[in-house]
Amino acid sequence: MDYTIRDLERWSERIEDVARDVGLDFYDQEFEIINYRDMIAYEAYVGMPSRYPHWSFGKAYEKTRTLYKFNLTGLPYEMVINSNPCLAYLMNENTLLIQILTIAHVYGHNDFFKNNRLFREGICADYTIGMFKTHADIIRSYANDPSIGYESVEGVIDSAHAIKIQTSRVVGEKRLSYETMKRNILEDYKKKSERYNILEPYTKPEPPKIDKVPLEPEEDLLYFIIEYGDLKEWEKNVLEIVRKETQYFIPQIETKIMNEGWASYWHYNILKKLELPEYLNMEFIKRHNDVIAQWSGSLNPYFLGFKVFEDIHKRYGKDKIFEVRSIERDESFIRRYLTEELCMELNLFSYVKQGKNYVIEDISDEAGWKNIRNILASSCGMGMVPYIRVIDMSRKDKTLILEHVYDGRELNMDYAESTLKHIVDLWGHTVILKTKLGGREIKIVCDEYRKISHI
Amino acid sequence: MAIFKEHNSNPVEHDRSIEDRRRHHKLVERAIKENLGDILSEESIIGEGNDKKIKIPIRGLKEYQFIYGKNSPGVGRGDGTERRGDIVGEDKSGKGQGSQGAGNEEGEDIYETEITIEDVLNYLMEDLALPYMSKSRFSEILTENSKKKSGYQKHGINPRLAKKRTVIEKIKRKQSMKRTLREIKKPDKIERFPFKEDDLRYYRAKKTYKRESNAAIICVMDVSGSMDNTKKYLARSFFFVLSRFIRMKYNSIEVAFVSHTTIGKEVNENEFFHRGESGGTYISSGLNKALEIIDKRYNPAHWNVYTFYVSDGENWAEDNEKAIQASKKLCEICNMFGYAEILPGTYSMIKNRMVSEINYTNFIAVTINEKKELWTALKTMLKKELSGE
Repeated sequence: MDYTIRDLERWSERIEDVARDVGLDFYDQEFEIINYRDMIAYEAYVGMPSRYPHWSFGKAYEKTRTLYKFNLTGLPYEMVINSNPCLAYLMNENTLLIQILTIAHVYGHNDFFKNNRLFREGICADYTIGMFKTHADIIRSYANDPSIGYESVEGVIDSAHAIKIQTSRVVGEKRLSYETMKRNILEDYKKKSERYNILEPYTKPEPPKIDKVPLEPEEDLLYFIIEYGDLKEWEKNVLEIVRKETQYFIPQIETKIMNEGWASYWHYNILKKLELPEYLNMEFIKRHNDVIAQWSGSLNPYFLGFKVFEDIHKRYGKDKIFEVRSIERDESFIRRYLTEELCMELNLFSYVKQGKNYVIEDISDEAGWKNIRNILASSCGMGMVPYIRVIDMSRKDKTLILEHVYDGRELNMDYAESTLKHIVDLWGHTVILKTKLGGREIKIVCDEYRKISHI
Repeated sequence: MAIFKEHNSNPVEHDRSIEDRRRHHKLVERAIKENLGDILSEESIIGEGNDKKIKIPIRGLKEYQFIYGKNSPGVGRGDGTERRGDIVGEDKSGKGQGSQGAGNEEGEDIYETEITIEDVLNYLMEDLALPYMSKSRFSEILTENSKKKSGYQKHGINPRLAKKRTVIEKIKRKQSMKRTLREIKKPDKIERFPFKEDDLRYYRAKKTYKRESNAAIICVMDVSGSMDNTKKYLARSFFFVLSRFIRMKYNSIEVAFVSHTTIGKEVNENEFFHRGESGGTYISSGLNKALEIIDKRYNPAHWNVYTFYVSDGENWAEDNEKAIQASKKLCEICNMFGYAEILPGTYSMIKNRMVSEINYTNFIAVTINEKKELWTALKTMLKKELSGE
């Protein structure tokens, strides 16, 4: 390091002033300077200073370390945790300019965490660090409990991880009680049977099944299993922990493009206002271009988000970008603001698999850009996770029926079957998954002995 | 005003991931063990040294979730020259996608690990759930072949001259002379101080007895027309692993290869594994050849002899009686006689006869009906051998 902590503090002070001037609104910021090994570790544990033990974190660590060792991947310049105060890690190997750029970038994230709707409604940032710490302690206490043991806890976590992402897709959604839901259904039915269109022949609506479980399709699989399964108390708690932690990450998954775009947009604009000396300015241009560089073949979310925010600013002015960062998420962001001109400027194309090859289906022209935008919008955020929900549970033998809401994308069968086995491990009874394969409706059955069959 | 903290003020490196990594390693190891059967029947491991690394795909460690298959469309970014219908990538079935959409960053989770054959053998040992064997259990020959230095003596032969020790003796003598000179108040400067006969020291050599255990493996295989390539290849894996194991137990080991049709002949390793012949089958011919080799070269009093026989069990009926007699003789002189039938045809009768008529504890017969069973067959054979009865 050819700079001191004091230097960083001075720069950070100037950055904070500029950030406040341009209208960013953020939590108090804390920086921790760490070395690359700590950075790998933080990456493996998604930035949390404390996390429950599980081999998957060890695996993530090894993977990053190997890739890093063979120079196949760089480490992130920073890691920011959505908490209040906002916690960010900087790597001590980096040059002064990277640190300045990163600090500005962090303030962008910080503002996003504090103001974006998903984070505001979905997460209580004040308790983040403490929550992860408490969870880690609880899981450790189960692992150390001789009547439970490490391996049993691990088994439950393995299975919970397999379906953790099959959770509620609406951030901050209020869960209706069983009674309310029942009342709503009955009222609906009453309305339907009272009022009918006089121009159409009268058809008597089907009476609703109000003793069905779940009353309405349930997309939060862990919740359902906790609620209706035959688990022991500690197992329920483990599932609840995994579920809570996943909910913490959902807003980040849902706003990857926006969040990175927003932070890149602001590091760029803040640094421009800092009047950097010439030797830093050259590096700034270069590093900034690295951050938003095109990745071979795929789309760089930093770049895409950056471009869209720039475009919104150009077209609607400064207030609009702040409004957008508050209320949108990736899907709506892309759907509303990725224009034909932008698609063309970025040379976006869409591809599908034909036989063994990936073939370009549409390119960005008048006819094709909407399709490209739609594909992108529906495959970002939670759109990359297949939508699976519980539609029925047999009262008799507790057979669970899941449905994959098919949107044209098929499931990977190998993974689906193994995931079903994990569900059976938790549920203890037969689980059936309905999905489509090759245009045909199929059912994958996994019985209580983990045997898979297709119907 | 932001707060800056320097993290690595603590001089002791703390690695928080160490426990989770250890657990991960353990699970990887377990996955390897579960796949051992498959690994052993991989053709590529045959004839490789202990250091040869084998790649094993590990299935147990994937983190399964519901994910989309390959038919999902994606979006990429080009340079504007793309046209509809252009091919942008190829599905290399798992080995990373040629092109990835913004959405599917998570590539296929292919996980491979490299281990050496020695590791495999160690895992096998663990799987057999036996303690590491002690060499003393087996008949040994004491050889006088090594001598050990032990202390010094004043007389000896030149090659054992202990130079350093000799110089030390000389320095000792010189110092005591100096001291004497000082005591009698004379200048203690000595111009020249040559070695004397008395200074010379020699290493004392002590005879040690080295325990040596010797083993001979006689591999006998039927190479007649009915042994097709699949069978031969299974036989090879079988011999390979067996001989590896026996190598682990003994210091020196000799292997003889016998292939037979209606006549048995000794061949070298290369011929044994690679050359096929055609013709009928007299099992006795191979076994008698083995007996002949043992008789000529490996006296059972000094050698631990192992004979393994592999065939598909098709023998000409008139030979059955002779084969049984030869087997009995082998059982008498060998530590172990193993008979393995690979993918037996419908005409195979000899195994049943052997099992019922050969009542020696060191006779083991196994049948391998498909590739998967290789592992169980090996286990049956080795368990008996390694437990040392």
